[in-house]
Amino acid sequence: MNVGELLDPLLLSRWQFGLTTLYHFLFIPLTIGMVLLVAILQTAWVRTGKLKYLHLTRLFGKIFLINFAMGVVTGIVQEFQFGMNWSDYSRFVGDVFGAPLAMEGLLAFFFEATFIGLWIFGWDKLSPKLHLATIWATAFGSVLSAYFILAANAFMQNPVGYEINEAKGRAELTDIGAVLTNPVAVTQFPHTIFASIMFAATVMVAVAAYHLSRKRHEGTMRTALKFGSFASMFGFAGSAISGDQLGLVMVQTQPMKMAAAEALYKTTENASFSIFSLGTPDGAHEIFSIRIPYLLSFLSTHTFTGEVEGINDLQAQYVQDYGPGDYSPIIWITYWSFRWMIALGGLGALVSLAGLWLTRKGKDPKPWQWKVAIWSAPLPLMAALVGWIFTEMGRQPWIVFGLMKTEDGVSPNVTGLTVAISLLAFTLVYGTLAVVEFKLIKKAAMFGPDEWENHDDPENVDHSKLATVY
Amino acid sequence: MDLSYLWFFIVGFFFVGYFVLDGFDFGVGMSLPFLGKDDTDRRVLINTIGPVWDMNETWLIVAGAAMFAAFPEWYASMFSGFYLALLLILVALILRGVSFEYRHQNKGREWTKWFDRMIFVGSVVPALLWGVAFANLIQGVPMDADNNFTGTLFTLLNPYGILGGLTTLMLFFTHGVVFVSLKTTGDMRDRAQLLARKAGAITVLVAATFLGWTIFQHLDSPHAWLIIALALAAAVALIASWLFNAVGREGLAFATIALTIVLAVATILSALFPNVMPASNNPANGLTIESASSTPYTLNLMTWVAGLALPLILGYQTWTYWVFRKRITREAILTSAH
Repeated sequence: MNVGELLDPLLLSRWQFGLTTLYHFLFIPLTIGMVLLVAILQTAWVRTGKLKYLHLTRLFGKIFLINFAMGVVTGIVQEFQFGMNWSDYSRFVGDVFGAPLAMEGLLAFFFEATFIGLWIFGWDKLSPKLHLATIWATAFGSVLSAYFILAANAFMQNPVGYEINEAKGRAELTDIGAVLTNPVAVTQFPHTIFASIMFAATVMVAVAAYHLSRKRHEGTMRTALKFGSFASMFGFAGSAISGDQLGLVMVQTQPMKMAAAEALYKTTENASFSIFSLGTPDGAHEIFSIRIPYLLSFLSTHTFTGEVEGINDLQAQYVQDYGPGDYSPIIWITYWSFRWMIALGGLGALVSLAGLWLTRKGKDPKPWQWKVAIWSAPLPLMAALVGWIFTEMGRQPWIVFGLMKTEDGVSPNVTGLTVAISLLAFTLVYGTLAVVEFKLIKKAAMFGPDEWENHDDPENVDHSKLATVY
Repeated sequence: MDLSYLWFFIVGFFFVGYFVLDGFDFGVGMSLPFLGKDDTDRRVLINTIGPVWDMNETWLIVAGAAMFAAFPEWYASMFSGFYLALLLILVALILRGVSFEYRHQNKGREWTKWFDRMIFVGSVVPALLWGVAFANLIQGVPMDADNNFTGTLFTLLNPYGILGGLTTLMLFFTHGVVFVSLKTTGDMRDRAQLLARKAGAITVLVAATFLGWTIFQHLDSPHAWLIIALALAAAVALIASWLFNAVGREGLAFATIALTIVLAVATILSALFPNVMPASNNPANGLTIESASSTPYTLNLMTWVAGLALPLILGYQTWTYWVFRKRITREAILTSAH
């Protein structure tokens, strides 16, 4: 491979978009999940006046804020990149795709960004109830923005509500209702929100486990552990149910993605699901596998005998529909990312379940068990990340399924060298900031609740000490 | 009237909002080495914009998204064309944003020094480059028949582009320093007024040259009278701001310099009209409001969304400024826990 090939703008733009998007998504689940958990904790504080809820609100609020800053600044990159690296894509879909993005900004981002400022700095300037309302408003903005961005993404997976204008060479919006009720968006949205809740909850469990294993803040942290464990299992149950629905929608809208998730080459009835398999490097021939009978048919159709279309048949059909070309994604990526997503999420839920059992009636787990709880915190995040890798890599070779290929969306006038520069810049900046952010969150988590503000009298909390001062 | 013309004004409105609001954030960031004698000073400065910088920056996200939705061709051509300039702006905004949030998380001297530097650089770079980008936008850039920019980063660094950059840099700097005088007390307020007087004088010179050059470039425009009127009004507002600051009326000084930015962006937009991205090499390769716009369906939808959302946005953002209307004192910073 020579330098010219290495500096391929398409390849580099794909790497850059993939890396910056995954990086952005490191912060999103914790933002969305934690703002909801913090809002619940603060509600408990305002309603019960128990100081432990205030301490938990403050501690997890701080972790939320350290993380929030990264979500904000990396989010701007996401919006700019469509135009910067994917200008032909932007020209093609802008009439449709821009609308949910603009709605996200107007209806959700402004809301989120304004009320977060009021929450951080407004502890002593707003009445407790009004201040509580600002965290709920922030949560509302975050969740709503997730909906709009998932609706935009859903258009790429399953384009609806548009017409192609041949003269202008673009997709044009004809039905915003269809775009916003795209079945992919409708199922992807709860899947994302539940997964976010689960990750924030496992972070809470890990923080609680850290302090409890050292016998610190026991009263407060027992509450956090219990709340976090239940929230984590709630999040997992929600992700599993919505994920199942999403799978059904995927079979309808992108059958190739489901076939690629199982590396199923031949159309099959009574299809089994492999937990593990070894095959030839291209994945086309299987050497060894462990299988659960009928499960793939069930996941795809909710019947045990349903027919699941295979890669080879879909490929043949797509060649007929769209002309010659390779219409399958990279199979080993889709196959393994799909499995890892399920496994990592399930493992995280098991840890929470075990944690509830081991701490029942005030019992104390063994040290190694606390350690497992602490180190399990990233599991749901990793599940979410490989889930996105599956969703986006499984869409390939399309940038908009059936309408435009990824290779046709890239900016024609941006050189490989230019993209290499930006890719390097983002890698350096993002890499450094990841280390800083992780250290800060770790420090805040290990420090625990600010006990100095533990006025024994909940009636007389000095609110002027609660507002953040930069 | 064709909705695409309305959306030209709406997109312009979001950029005006962005430059007026994040403009003083940039100015405050740039003022750190000039006004921040010690750590408490620098914390006072940062806290003047603490609760609002994030929502101010969001105006950029909305401006960009509105441009994408209403003028996909403009968005695609401008963002891919100004790639490296925008990359620098993005990196700067990232560094600035995290620095506000992370600076106070640790007390070490080295730690805060690093973040102070990043706040400064993260404010200077966008303040300069937005001016460069918009000056080039109205001057015209080389484009091919597919509306793709054919130059490089250095194409943008021509004398007029650089002068545009210096204009926004100085304008935002003075804007921010005037804001500091409005939001602080005592010694800091006095020093900010003094600095605003000096910086304001340079700003008047740079901005007048830029506005004069802009008028000169557009004398043959059918609406040259409008461009001239707006540019003159901007100059008058800027001088008024300088005078208000000199006599210690910081509220009026701030209002008039904000008005200067509104009028300066209006001058740029009127010079652009009815184009959105003119080509310098061949007029046929450029983009106009009509050729770059979305369909009437999308514009109609977006008009409803913006019409419903904007009063609400303006309402809660104004309320936020009201909640945080108090001046920031050194005493409050020193007695704060964080």
